[in-house]
Amino acid sequence: MILLDRVSKTYNRSLGPSLDRISLHVEPKEFVIVIGQSGAGKTTLLRLLTREERPSSGKIIIGGIDYDKLKDKDIPLLRRKIGVVFQDFKLLPNKNVFENVAFALEIVGVGSREIKHTVPKVLDIVNLKGKEKRMPNELSGGERQRVAIARAIVRQPRILIADEPTGNLDPKHAWDVIKVLEKINRYGTTVLLTTHNAEVVNKLKRRVVTLEHGKIASDRANANYEAKDDTK
Amino acid sequence: MNRIYKRRLITFWRIITTGMTNFIRNASLAIAAIAVMVVTLTIVLFSLIANATFTNTIAQITNKIDISVYLKDSVTPQQKDSLVANLKKLPDVGKVTYLSKDQALQTYIKDNTKNPQLLQAINATDNPLPATIKIKPLDLNKIGTIKNFLVTPANAALQTADSPSYNGDRKQAIDTITHATNVLRTIGIASVIIFTIICALIIFNTIQMAIFNRRDELTIMRLLGASTSYIRGPFVVESAIYGILSAVLSMVIVNAAFIASSSALQATSLGLLDINFAADFFGSHFLRLLLLQLLVGILIGIASSTIATRRYLKFKTK
Repeated sequence: MILLDRVSKTYNRSLGPSLDRISLHVEPKEFVIVIGQSGAGKTTLLRLLTREERPSSGKIIIGGIDYDKLKDKDIPLLRRKIGVVFQDFKLLPNKNVFENVAFALEIVGVGSREIKHTVPKVLDIVNLKGKEKRMPNELSGGERQRVAIARAIVRQPRILIADEPTGNLDPKHAWDVIKVLEKINRYGTTVLLTTHNAEVVNKLKRRVVTLEHGKIASDRANANYEAKDDTK
Repeated sequence: MNRIYKRRLITFWRIITTGMTNFIRNASLAIAAIAVMVVTLTIVLFSLIANATFTNTIAQITNKIDISVYLKDSVTPQQKDSLVANLKKLPDVGKVTYLSKDQALQTYIKDNTKNPQLLQAINATDNPLPATIKIKPLDLNKIGTIKNFLVTPANAALQTADSPSYNGDRKQAIDTITHATNVLRTIGIASVIIFTIICALIIFNTIQMAIFNRRDELTIMRLLGASTSYIRGPFVVESAIYGILSAVLSMVIVNAAFIASSSALQATSLGLLDINFAADFFGSHFLRLLLLQLLVGILIGIASSTIATRRYLKFKTK
């Protein structure tokens, strides 16, 4: 589903590479957690996957799409296949919950009737039923993040990428968000999650990829956050 | 296939409605852009009408110019016919008309009905007017060949002493007018170009401001996989609306100007500008002019907003 082959990304030569020859393979329907300190390259990795950045070298193939052969005009088509959840939510402040989720469908030309049919179902999945008319500033952080998740999955992508979705949330809300991600994964979506929240990692018991200084320090199934220290 | 077609249609419709909504929201920003565009389009319109009017004025005057060849009474019909035939063969000759002595007299009487003294002088005696060949040159600046042909001894022998007559002073007047209109045309074209550029720049600025106000939204749209045309479309629609409004306004302004001038000015022309003709031209070409104005306005809008959005829609290439 996701294949990275010796991918490097250097923003500034004098600072060294942000990602250094990363190779990673993620199977369909897998749930992968990427952990690492700030600056370890987590965000860079995700930005490469959404083609916000191009790798300095190496090969990226997602869902059969080779990024080297991807033309600029096809980037929107790629992004429609990948759901992305951002740490800072990136909701539109002047649109209510329903409209924010509907927005993702509008831009790909889905008809109004289908939107009215689909959006409530997705809001149900993220446990936001009945809050359609709320504006983002009337919601808690966890609720906002779940709106963002609803928006990311409303087009039924095969891959969901979540960049520190719990980063700004207290433990209770963070766990709500993680449960939603697990639910989505059970429905068959590949989930790639970055976090530096140890509790989340330990409770989930999933494959954990640890990034350190732009390199993969460890890659283990059913790992704990503390496990990182053993590899040193 | 049908589903893709339907989605495109929905997307197209959403682009249009979003553009219109944005136009209303940005109305205060749009005022400057529309004002400049109205001025530009009014200048375009004025230049077009003035050009048509000048062309008409010159054509009218040019039309009155001809070369008259007066034949001696002794010329035989055969000689006359061969002269007419030879004249028609000359490259710069437009139209050749032959007036017999009787026809010449009738034309003279018709032209001078208000001048009985002149008529009396003619009626009293036998018809003194010569048979006349009237030649209309194709181009006033190229009457040389006709002149050379007429002054050859064989042809000169057929003509009276004061033939041919060239209406020389009129040609001079036409040259002056032509020169003046050429200058005016150049000024017109220059001001159309300058104002079009100013107008495009101001719309460019307006759209950039609108983009700046909504840059977060654009980023999010980009990340969610909105196509370039879906993001750009509303801005293009918005500036096309500037074009449409400005085109209509400029037509209204010019129309009002004609109404005002016809009631305020008793004269039918201002210097070289024949206002009656200009008003008629405006009236009879109203639809075509409106379409042209719409086209120019929409094109300026589309071009400048396309360039304005380009920078924000680029993907990273490195």
